[in-house]
Amino acid sequence: MEIKLNGKQENIENNTNVADLLKQKGIQNVEMVTVQLNGTFVNKEDLSNKTITENDEIDFLYFMGGGSKSTVRQKRCYHQ
Amino acid sequence: MDFTEEQIERYSRHLILQDVGIEGQQKIMEGKVLIVGAGGLGSPVAMYLAAAGVGTIGLIDGDVVDRTNLQRQIIHFTGDLNRPKVESAKEKIHAVNPEIKVNIYRELFSPDNAFDIMADYDFIVDGTDNFPTKFMVNDACVMAKKPFSHGGILRFEGQTMTYIPGHACYRCLFGSPPPPNAVPSCSQAGVLGSIAGMLGTIQATEVLKFLVDKGDLLTDRMLIFDALKMSFREVRFQPSPGCNICGDHPTIRSLQMEEMPACDLNQK
Repeated sequence: MEIKLNGKQENIENNTNVADLLKQKGIQNVEMVTVQLNGTFVNKEDLSNKTITENDEIDFLYFMGGGSKSTVRQKRCYHQ
Repeated sequence: MDFTEEQIERYSRHLILQDVGIEGQQKIMEGKVLIVGAGGLGSPVAMYLAAAGVGTIGLIDGDVVDRTNLQRQIIHFTGDLNRPKVESAKEKIHAVNPEIKVNIYRELFSPDNAFDIMADYDFIVDGTDNFPTKFMVNDACVMAKKPFSHGGILRFEGQTMTYIPGHACYRCLFGSPPPPNAVPSCSQAGVLGSIAGMLGTIQATEVLKFLVDKGDLLTDRMLIFDALKMSFREVRFQPSPGCNICGDHPTIRSLQMEEMPACDLNQK
């Protein structure tokens, strides 16, 4: 079926849910992305309950930092 | 406000510009903008706002210039190594435009100082690279009803949105900071230097549009670009009723930093 993913037409298999689609697109860690399905944000816990239907519009929004690193209290990592 | 001969000359391209003109330039010159982070994004923002004549520019950053900054943080020069970023940036702003009042804060933007510092400004620019601070800037602006511009860059990509009170905030989209190491930082994954300029100039443009009150801001939508493909797209959204800071039942009542370790590969 045809869907619109990140603004582009894509063909995906029927009965795909949002969690499946993330996996198919190589996104292992769902914590790094926010998903919008037809204009509504999908809660992380609902990703596998939301089945995608024909002509759905889906957007992946990724966390992006950038800019100056000096404004956070840098906690060191002690795990090494 | 009367313009001097020098100002008429300096700002002539604004003065003849429809939608800016004398009235718009006056608004720009009365504008007070706080830039959080004098780094990759803060550099171009500060330079363009200074050139445009924004009356007061605040810069907050606790860091000094290091050699890895120079690839993209264009307000700092090689001769500025080891100088406090806010001092280096203030000097360049004055070199571009001596008329600008520059307030510098050589400290970390934190829940302790956020409201006091922000109180003097009309618009806040987020030029920080880490998520706890990005969320704190968002929360502080929502609580204090201040507009702000979010900017993020990584590798060859950038994203930006503008928050105006009553519209969707950064937390409406992203909920809460990602767990440590879920998202690489620029120092882990790299960033093309000019991306900081692409994104920062969009943020500076949003500030100027806000000050002159013209055009459509990036509210309730995020502009995302991929510079490798040189493609831009826009994702539209609505304020989220479940948002913990601006939703129907907010759970965040005081400003705090959602601390997480900043684990950089090159940190020991």
